[in-house]
Amino acid sequence: MNSAATPGWPSRLHAVLRAQAVRQVGYVPDAGHRQLIELCRADPDMHAVPLTTEEEGMGLLGGAWLGGQRGVLLMQSSGVGNCVNALASLTQACRFPLVMLVTMRGEWGEGNPWQLPMARAVTPVLETLGLRVVRVDHAEEIEDTVAAMLAMAYTTESAAAVLLGQRLLGAKVFQ
Amino acid sequence: MERRAAVASLLAARGPLLVVSGLGGTTWDVAAVGDEPRNFYLWGGMGCAVPVGLGLALAQPSRPVLVITGDGEMLMGVGSLATVAAQRPANLAIVVVDNERYGETGGQLSHAALGADLAGMARAAGITDSVTLEDLATVAQYRARLHEASGPRFAVLKVAPESPPMVLPPRDGVLLKQRFRASLG
Repeated sequence: MNSAATPGWPSRLHAVLRAQAVRQVGYVPDAGHRQLIELCRADPDMHAVPLTTEEEGMGLLGGAWLGGQRGVLLMQSSGVGNCVNALASLTQACRFPLVMLVTMRGEWGEGNPWQLPMARAVTPVLETLGLRVVRVDHAEEIEDTVAAMLAMAYTTESAAAVLLGQRLLGAKVFQ
Repeated sequence: MERRAAVASLLAARGPLLVVSGLGGTTWDVAAVGDEPRNFYLWGGMGCAVPVGLGLALAQPSRPVLVITGDGEMLMGVGSLATVAAQRPANLAIVVVDNERYGETGGQLSHAALGADLAGMARAAGITDSVTLEDLATVAQYRARLHEASGPRFAVLKVAPESPPMVLPPRDGVLLKQRFRASLG
């Protein structure tokens, strides 16, 4: 069972980003974000920006906001560990709006033990940094949740993470 | 060359140029030329100056954007050069004020003193317009290129290992952000 294959939710999420006038989409590739990345790359109204590491996303989206554009960051849970100082010392210090859509590894049917420690650290690390953290484990919740977090981030200039659960995405198969 | 003179030369008659400075010495250098709302100074987030400049350049494609940062700050976020190259923002210039030192922490040698060629790294990342400038006359000639929409471009300014007195711009990131956004109208 891999509900990530359910037709529709990446397309609906892309529509949410468009409705929120998101113009810059920074991403570090992940299987869970594969379809959404393709949709954003094909969207002439969006800059889809592949990053070499997640912390570039804090800079990119801060710069986008300085220039009057809205952005979003697509990444995997292990990347949370890569951007701690940028989240604290840039995003939060300047109160830049930020929404990270974080696909989770290491929490539901994971086959790679190296993913488990960072998975456990994601929520406490982000909450320690002052981000609002919300989870989505069912496809029908994803649009409302992301739309609400985007609207709140841009209007209040605050930072949030939406964790897309591994139960929603399906675990990677090692064989 | 002397770093303050080099940065002042780059920013002479700056017109619509938007400036992002990396934390440490280059923030003091840019402030020394004169504080204004179209300067966004990083006081933290080491390694993030180039990504901030990239997001800004993509959002404001009709205005020239200049990132001025140090060699240590650039090295911490050096992967971002490949990210810039992939986007090819024509209005973005990146200038590294390279004293081959970590000047804010005691002057320890940076990798630029130990074999790393930053202009070569930028070129290899895909920013083909990448040069190293050794003297003020060349910097003064380079200034016009900051306003040409034919980037992205990258330049290393080789400067003397001196630490001129700090010139401190406002340090509240929220203030710097809001006044920058307001200045764009």
